[in-house]
Amino acid sequence: MSALRSQIDAELSLVRRNGEQLLVTLGIPLLLLGFFGSVDILPTNTDDPIDFLVPGILALAVMSTSMVSLGIATGFERSYLVLKRLAATPLGTGRLIAAKTIAVACVEAAQMVLLVALGLALGWSPESANWLLALAAVVVGTFAFAGIGLALAGNLRGEVNLAASNGLYLVLLLLGGLLFPLERLPAILEAVGRATPTHALADILADSLMSAGRHTGTSWLVLGAWAIAMPAVAARTFRWN
Amino acid sequence: MTAVEVANLSVHYGPLRAVDDVSFGAAFGEVTAVLGPNGAGKTSTIETCEGFRRPTSGAVRVLGLDPWAQRTTLHREVGVMLQDGGVYPSARVGETVAQYCRLYNRGMSPTELVDRVGLGARVRSTWRRLSGGEKQRLSLALALAAKPRVAFLDEPTSGVDVNGRDDVRGIIRDLAADGCAVILATHELDEAERVADRVVLFSRGKIVADSTLANLRSARTTVRFRSSTTLDTAALARHIGLDVSANDDEFMVSFTATDSSMASDLVSRISVWLGSNALPLHDLNVGGERLEDIFRMLTKGQGS
Repeated sequence: MSALRSQIDAELSLVRRNGEQLLVTLGIPLLLLGFFGSVDILPTNTDDPIDFLVPGILALAVMSTSMVSLGIATGFERSYLVLKRLAATPLGTGRLIAAKTIAVACVEAAQMVLLVALGLALGWSPESANWLLALAAVVVGTFAFAGIGLALAGNLRGEVNLAASNGLYLVLLLLGGLLFPLERLPAILEAVGRATPTHALADILADSLMSAGRHTGTSWLVLGAWAIAMPAVAARTFRWN
Repeated sequence: MTAVEVANLSVHYGPLRAVDDVSFGAAFGEVTAVLGPNGAGKTSTIETCEGFRRPTSGAVRVLGLDPWAQRTTLHREVGVMLQDGGVYPSARVGETVAQYCRLYNRGMSPTELVDRVGLGARVRSTWRRLSGGEKQRLSLALALAAKPRVAFLDEPTSGVDVNGRDDVRGIIRDLAADGCAVILATHELDEAERVADRVVLFSRGKIVADSTLANLRSARTTVRFRSSTTLDTAALARHIGLDVSANDDEFMVSFTATDSSMASDLVSRISVWLGSNALPLHDLNVGGERLEDIFRMLTKGQGS
């Protein structure tokens, strides 16, 4: 237990200290929600843009923590031989992954609290919300995005992984229908967007927070497929050093 | 029980035989220096002992455990110092040592460890702000946090200043004195000569020497002297019937002594030849070979 707690402390300490990680995990989602929730310039097809934005930004926050932040930090840990050094301690792979998972969960919890609070402050009113279903979607989404992040981190050099993770973040932000409905995109891009884990998670969150989660069978299938496939790919291809 | 037992170990990377059927052991309370040119197979061997690599064939036991299959158990009692890296650049000295002390949970005090490696004044510094030598000291502290029964130390004095080297040597000797088996990988032969009890020398994936330092040095006798740079080494070699090597104005003749009179006879023949050629003779020295000379002879033509 001491080893696990020690590693969790180390993971959280690094998150706190790395300004760029805090920018990605907290700064950008809060900024996007605050800005686009205050000025009605997005074609959201809703009476109040905040109703469209909150679920999408929550999905963005999950992606930024579990894919970008986790992936980039792990990629650099691999480059700096931190993982190799830790592999020579009694920590073991299981507790290392558990520590990273708990650290991600802590950051996501902080994100959710802050984003929901900001959303409520901007007039968001989730009626008939199914919070349990939303939480389940966040957990499944975390598996999917962490799988993607670790698959990149385990195979690319630190700097290349940094660029690839940020590039993918931008692509998934634009194609995921987080800031505007996918119907606004050309048909081919809309089809691609619907296959992304970002859109699937945003869709489930929107439905569970606004309609008690009644209409998202396809999105659950898409998100579930990513959540099974990507951790498996990461586990199979990850190189520790 | 021997601390480290390597039996017929081979490690192949595709067609490359990085380690080819090597066997050696390391005992508790001794410093075993693992030497060899770059690409000789020492890193692959040590990483196999540390549990980072799976042997292609052969067997490795550290503290009686299989390092690959039982690494989590093994790593509770083994200290590892990587040649470089291993710490996140933004991590601070004090918190990193404290983290490893808690990971190993062997009752080591982070403050004492930091002081022991001479980083007491740098406890709040981040890894990226440390000099090369300070980074090595921190890596050594992380290995010591295990309170190890076996310690694998890779280039522990690389980049460390002269005074710091004395400190590191002291720590290594203390470890061995406490009964720890220290496996020291280094390119610095002077370092090995100062702290090692035993030397395992690799070349081209094989072990070409495995002995105590004293035995290794006494196996051959060397006559060293200084003279004029105009000395014709080929002519002297013909006269004495042995190879003569030259480095600027220092000359060396190395041979396997079968009786004690051979050295004095050789010295006599060299001095007579120099006299008859009107060449000076300075700093004449007869003794065992230096590790550097043994290394050169046994690994000739390999490495960079």
